Amino acid sequence: MRCGDFKTSYAADMTIFESNSARIMLGLFLCLLFTVPLYTPGYVLDIANRIGIAVIGAVGLNILTGFTGQISLGNAAFMAIGAFSSGYLGTRFGLPFFLCIPLAGLMTAFFGMFVGIPSLRIKGLYLAMATLAAHFIVEFLVVKWESVTGGVAGLSIPPPKLGSFAFDTDARLFFLIFVIAIMAVLFAKNLFRTKVGKAFIAIRDQAISAEVMGVNILKYKLLSFGISSFYVGVAGALVAYQAKIISPETFPITVAIDYLGMIIIGGLGSILGSIYGAVFITLLPELLRLSTSALAGPFPLLVAKLAAMKELVFGIFVVVFILFEPHGLAARWHRIRNYWKIYPF
Amino acid sequence: MIQLSCSDIQLNFGGVRALSGVSFEVRKGEIFAIIGPNGAGKSSMLNCISGVYTPQNGRIIFEDTDISSLPPYQRAKMGIARSFQNIALFKGMTVIDNLMIGRHLHQHAGLLQGGIYLGPARNEEIKNRGFVEEIIEFLSIQSIRNKIVGTLPYGFQKRVELARALALEPKILLLDEPMAGMNHEETEDMARFIVETNGERGITVIMIEHDMGVVMDISNAVCVLDFGKKIASGTPEEVQQDPHVIKAYLGEEDI
Repeated sequence: MRCGDFKTSYAADMTIFESNSARIMLGLFLCLLFTVPLYTPGYVLDIANRIGIAVIGAVGLNILTGFTGQISLGNAAFMAIGAFSSGYLGTRFGLPFFLCIPLAGLMTAFFGMFVGIPSLRIKGLYLAMATLAAHFIVEFLVVKWESVTGGVAGLSIPPPKLGSFAFDTDARLFFLIFVIAIMAVLFAKNLFRTKVGKAFIAIRDQAISAEVMGVNILKYKLLSFGISSFYVGVAGALVAYQAKIISPETFPITVAIDYLGMIIIGGLGSILGSIYGAVFITLLPELLRLSTSALAGPFPLLVAKLAAMKELVFGIFVVVFILFEPHGLAARWHRIRNYWKIYPF
Repeated sequence: MIQLSCSDIQLNFGGVRALSGVSFEVRKGEIFAIIGPNGAGKSSMLNCISGVYTPQNGRIIFEDTDISSLPPYQRAKMGIARSFQNIALFKGMTVIDNLMIGRHLHQHAGLLQGGIYLGPARNEEIKNRGFVEEIIEFLSIQSIRNKIVGTLPYGFQKRVELARALALEPKILLLDEPMAGMNHEETEDMARFIVETNGERGITVIMIEHDMGVVMDISNAVCVLDFGKKIASGTPEEVQQDPHVIKAYLGEEDI
């Protein structure tokens, strides 16, 4: 049993993983993760892929909202921009996916920084309103700018291709999505070990003293909007590849609210929390569907009512988490882990 | 040598005049105390120097550069650090991370290097961690280095705030009531830290403090404000004898 802190260098004290066993466990988990497509049916893989995408988007939103403290309701709009720019670049210019995805991310980052400009003057609810306005502007543009977005009919996206290899099945997309998701998570984790990430947290906790300590608030707030939107834009591009057809209805405002739910339930200001939240919120409707179909036999009348309850359950979960676990699933996980670490003492 | 000079500083909040025509000069290497009754404009003065407030009138010259219109982060870059009257630490972060923010200006790894955390970014992080540990040792807060700041008792938070300002490697340190709310022992510790900061590290200190014992003991020069005006300045002994100061603090006898 490990019962103390025996680090002998600053480098060892600053690693992501507390111990070698944690590193090995994660390695094993990742190995197992990549065998999932071998034995999993298409429907479950589809859910897994949506989880992977949600992880990228939730980490992105958490960088902005959880770590930098800037509330954003523009997540769906950012995703739409990522999806449509990737789709447009791929279909119109025939760019390969490994260019489309980062370019879509960059495009979204620029848009995000533009939306972030008011954040220097306004915060809290007012910023939420400003980002909400951005959402409706984007929604309007997506419908009206038919030459680029295909209007209400939408845009049909060919599967990403690497040479002659096409990521055209859920199993193949799984690898693409999860490789990107793992890179995204690692990058974010490192970001908050170093200067830029810490400056974000400083702005969230005490903007004035951050500035007095030499943090350029303007630059770092915009940078946070940029990085966050890059993540969300990449997630959007992946949604496009997965959905194959994207239209204005692919990115309603409820998507933005789902993402906020993910980071609240998972844990604001926690990378691990974003992952838990993404898994939880993506699985929630599936679990509800499973439970309703299980009840369909004995209570046929109940099913119709339960099916409409997804939003209700979602809302209840958010409220319950805010009341009883404001630090989210990540904090709960830490508590359980620490309990077992010193068990039975 | 004069390191910081404020001339004719005037600061208004709407119709309220917080500072009217305050001028003083701080010499390099001294401990300069600003005292005065509540509401005299002491904190406003510090806020003007660190850039949190911009005075409507007057000039602030720091080491031959006019900093009157620079934003706070650029003043920090020039070597001005400060602590706040109501502790303004980053409550969600550990003590070490708070101090690492103090190293912000001394780190140069950008976004991409930081996110990949290889080579330069990693070395830089470790090097600055070394510096931070030195300050942790200097202020003897080793035992709390991994604690979340918001959970610490008040006296420690005050000390961490001093540590964070020191992590910036400032040339001049502005302390807003560093001993407020402390017991006798903590006050003595803090006074010792300030004297050591000044003596060993050669950092000029500008300090607002209500504890007259401390002010008279450790400061080289004192400036007294009352109702936004400077009413006296000089050595602690001179100030103590000044009739204006006595009047401001004790009132006047009605005859």
